[in-house]
Amino acid sequence: MNEITQKLKFYQKGTHTVGNRLVSERDRSVQASIDRSNALTCGHRACQGCGEALGARYAIDAAMRATNDNIIAVNATGCLEVFTTPYPETSWQVPWMHSLFGNAAAVASGVAAAMRVKNRSEVRAIAQAGDGGTTDIGFQCLSGMFERNDDVLYICYDNEGYMNTGVQRSSATPPAARTATTPAVGAEPGNVFGTGKSLPKIAMAHGIPYVATATVADLLDLERKVAKAMSIHGARYIHIHVPCPLGWGSASHDTIRLARLAVESGFFPMFEAEWGKLTASRKIRRKVPVEEYLKLQRRFAHLFKNGRTDPRVARLQAICDRNIEEYDLMPAAVEP
Amino acid sequence: MDHPFAITLDTGTSLANRTGSWRNSRPEYVDRLPPCNHACPAGENIQAWLFDAESGKYEAAWRTLTQDNPMPAVMGRVCYHPCEGACNRAELDEAVGINSVERFLGDYALKQGFAFVQPEQETGKKVLVIGAGPSGLSAAYHLRRMGHAVTIYEAGPMAGGMMRFGIPKYRLPREVLDAEIKRILDLGIELHLNRKVDDVRETKEAGGFDAVFLAVGAHIAKRAYIPAGGAARVLDAVAVLRSMEGEEKPLLGRRVVVYGGGNTAMDVARTAKRLGAEEAIVVYRRTRNRMPARDFEIEEAIEEGVLMKWLSTIKHVGESAITVEKMVLDEKGFPQPTGELETLEADSVILALGQDVDLSLIENVSGIEVKDGVVQVGGNMMTGFAGVFAGGDMVPSERTVTVAIGHGKKAARHIDGWLRGENYAAASKHEIASFDKLNTWYYEDAPKTVRPMLSIVRRRSTFDEVQGGLDETNALYEARRCLSCGNCFECDNCYGMCPDNAVIKLGAGMRFIFNLDYCKGCGVCAAECPCGAIKMVPETI
Ligand SMILES: Cc1cc2nc3c(=O)[nH]c(=O)nc-3n(C[C@H](O)[C@H](O)[C@H](O)COP(=O)(O)OP(=O)(O)OC[C@H]3O[C@@H](n4cnc5c(N)ncnc54)[C@H](O)[C@@H]3O)c2cc1C
Ligand SMILES: Cc1ncc(C[n+]2csc(CCOP(=O)(O)OP(=O)(O)O)c2C)c(N)n1
Ligand code: SF4
Ligand SMILES: [Mg+2]
Repeated sequence: MNEITQKLKFYQKGTHTVGNRLVSERDRSVQASIDRSNALTCGHRACQGCGEALGARYAIDAAMRATNDNIIAVNATGCLEVFTTPYPETSWQVPWMHSLFGNAAAVASGVAAAMRVKNRSEVRAIAQAGDGGTTDIGFQCLSGMFERNDDVLYICYDNEGYMNTGVQRSSATPPAARTATTPAVGAEPGNVFGTGKSLPKIAMAHGIPYVATATVADLLDLERKVAKAMSIHGARYIHIHVPCPLGWGSASHDTIRLARLAVESGFFPMFEAEWGKLTASRKIRRKVPVEEYLKLQRRFAHLFKNGRTDPRVARLQAICDRNIEEYDLMPAAVEP
Repeated sequence: MDHPFAITLDTGTSLANRTGSWRNSRPEYVDRLPPCNHACPAGENIQAWLFDAESGKYEAAWRTLTQDNPMPAVMGRVCYHPCEGACNRAELDEAVGINSVERFLGDYALKQGFAFVQPEQETGKKVLVIGAGPSGLSAAYHLRRMGHAVTIYEAGPMAGGMMRFGIPKYRLPREVLDAEIKRILDLGIELHLNRKVDDVRETKEAGGFDAVFLAVGAHIAKRAYIPAGGAARVLDAVAVLRSMEGEEKPLLGRRVVVYGGGNTAMDVARTAKRLGAEEAIVVYRRTRNRMPARDFEIEEAIEEGVLMKWLSTIKHVGESAITVEKMVLDEKGFPQPTGELETLEADSVILALGQDVDLSLIENVSGIEVKDGVVQVGGNMMTGFAGVFAGGDMVPSERTVTVAIGHGKKAARHIDGWLRGENYAAASKHEIASFDKLNTWYYEDAPKTVRPMLSIVRRRSTFDEVQGGLDETNALYEARRCLSCGNCFECDNCYGMCPDNAVIKLGAGMRFIFNLDYCKGCGVCAAECPCGAIKMVPETI
């Protein structure tokens, strides 16, 4: 791009925002549109500032836009199911099915098979579940879905714990975090180091066509990844980081900020992979130390008790640093 | 609903659940006062016209701008832009180049030949403006737009005041000045040139004027007592600059010494250089950082070859040389003599020591208070004589074109109120959109555009304009650097980021409203609003 077109294309008040009055409607996010589907509408019972409610609307609206509304969503048990659909009400405005806690992937595989048999393969199946329903109890069904390369997009809303049942630890809970089952007491307060798993990496190991991670702090990136996933057939996996004010002990207005800090600290790496190979990573824009992320959350408060910083903070920083290296998260240095 | 139990539910049935009742604070859209607007002496709504400009609506931008200031092409050249000093963007990278966008809009309007909208109704009131400098012209413009009949009496042969007889051409080309003055007069303002007013009261009564705005500026050069030999050429800066507008250019000689440290000193030294002086030396009592001249003017003067002699006073002026004494600053920063003398060759000495106001026209008017040589006015710009208002350089204030224009506007509003028998009350100001109110994550990094400068060679020998303007591409880019502090720019963040879908988008240009039936009061919208246009207000429970 030469300097002039670059300058004409400079929309600095909209490069990172949801909408942008200076570009055509087509180039704005789905969420900016006055007639977005609002797959998940008002009146749901999620807590104030719920990241999962936001992530789900972002993702399903984007998938609907990408498929001309030809979506059937399957939902595992968890907050997302409970807060959207307390009988006899539902907030969903999309064909939606509640499975069990552990079998969303298998039910979605079934939906995809049924559509194929009915010659309606333009209708696409999406499975959605929390991290507990994905990394723990739903893992076996999910691995099968990947291995068979079923035509399903599986979305995991990762709030790093079993939030719906009262904030228990899952295998996606970060080290040192306090949960109901990993209290901040004893020699190793909070969740222990060296446990847990990275589901995106496991998904990549299955060699499926598309794997991506995303956050509610980067809508444009999230929508692009969902649209891309919907342009591909076969098993696809998107892992969305969704802050949980109740479970994390954060202020409800800090939800987006936390998701942003998770990315900018390197705590939550954002990347894409195709057929098992890493293809892109989202670079850090304004790097921050992990403390900035941790200090906004009461589940990490024990790391900063009495004005002292626990040595475990350095271990969490080391995790960030390793992510930065592994996923190449720092932007290339600009020539002066 | 007769669907089988737990098999089918109607879509969106959760709307029955008014989650708004959970809320303990509510978001409200606000318009905060951008720091640039706050700092502008002419009271321009800068953020608003940049908002128009950034979408390429240059005429709309120019119309918004000229609601407050009728001379954007002049402003975009001579204003010292305190707005940029206050701009929040400076905390991110560099201030928005407000002044260069203003100039672009001003020049664009001149090229397109935009005219001001004529007043819709005549009020039948007659107002006299004395002096056609920026303050008088601004008052005339605003009064005329309010429908009053305006007459200007100007002592000089041309309108413009110090914009013409002070500020040199290389900073303000006369075509630009002429065109912007003409456009103001085209509103139907009567201008009488070579019409010096000797007595305000008499003139007011003789002409049957309902009110008067005095804006005669400050034109009498201050003198310092310097012993001088018979043949020495001692001139004053204002006279030298004024004669630049006539047929006969001043004869200054090869070596010119300018005495003083203000803008006028810089302008006269730079003028001397352009007239062919081999040496132009500015002699000033104190140090560079204490000079009243703006730093960029000192810098430009030095670039053009003007020499600076700081910490020096002139002791004696001889026929072809002067004697200067070295000074030192005492602990209070005042210059003290050292007794150390030095001789400088000089064909002429130009005094640029400031100006006083010629108050002869109010001498016979009772009630007008004069203090420290300037006319005292109230908050409504009225002097002690009812119906006579004053502004610009002749009242206590910073002496700049922008302040003069601001005074003209303010006085016009109060004159209008006074003519109606009312008190004009300005709308109360919004809270300032300070930097901490912004969420700057959403702004892209973008360095300020540098304006082109004329080559040094041409700056030393011609009166061509020194600083260039921006082309459209650069102006658009620069306008888009604005953060829109405190005022919604419809980025859709609130609409997109509400987890409860409780923000209603009304469509382009109409902003948003909150759906309080469902807003739970999480505050995400306020936290993620880039420009600080949402405020959380506690609910009364
Ligand atoms: C050399 C120089 C450079 C400057 N550069 C800048 C700059 O870059 N930027 C900036 O913002 N400011 C600058 N200034 C200051 C600025 O020019 C003045 O502050 C401004 O012009 C004041 O406006 P005014 O309307 O009050 O008075 P003036 O501009 O002085 O206008 C007063 C008018 O009243 C007329 N008048 C006087 N007496 C009578 C009478 N009795 N009857 C009728 N008419 C009368 C005069 O002829 C004159 O036209 C500069 C000043 C000088 C001297
Ligand atoms: C087989 C089974 N075991 C336990 C539960 C109880 N249960 C319901 S939701 C939930 C936790 C869900 O956690 P996660 O999947 O992370 O979703 P979140 O609520 O955090 O969004 C549990 C344990 C269940 N419904 N079914
Ligand atoms: S960024 Fe724009 S609104 Fe904010 S102070 Fe600067 S010019 Fe004014
Ligand atoms: Mg969870």
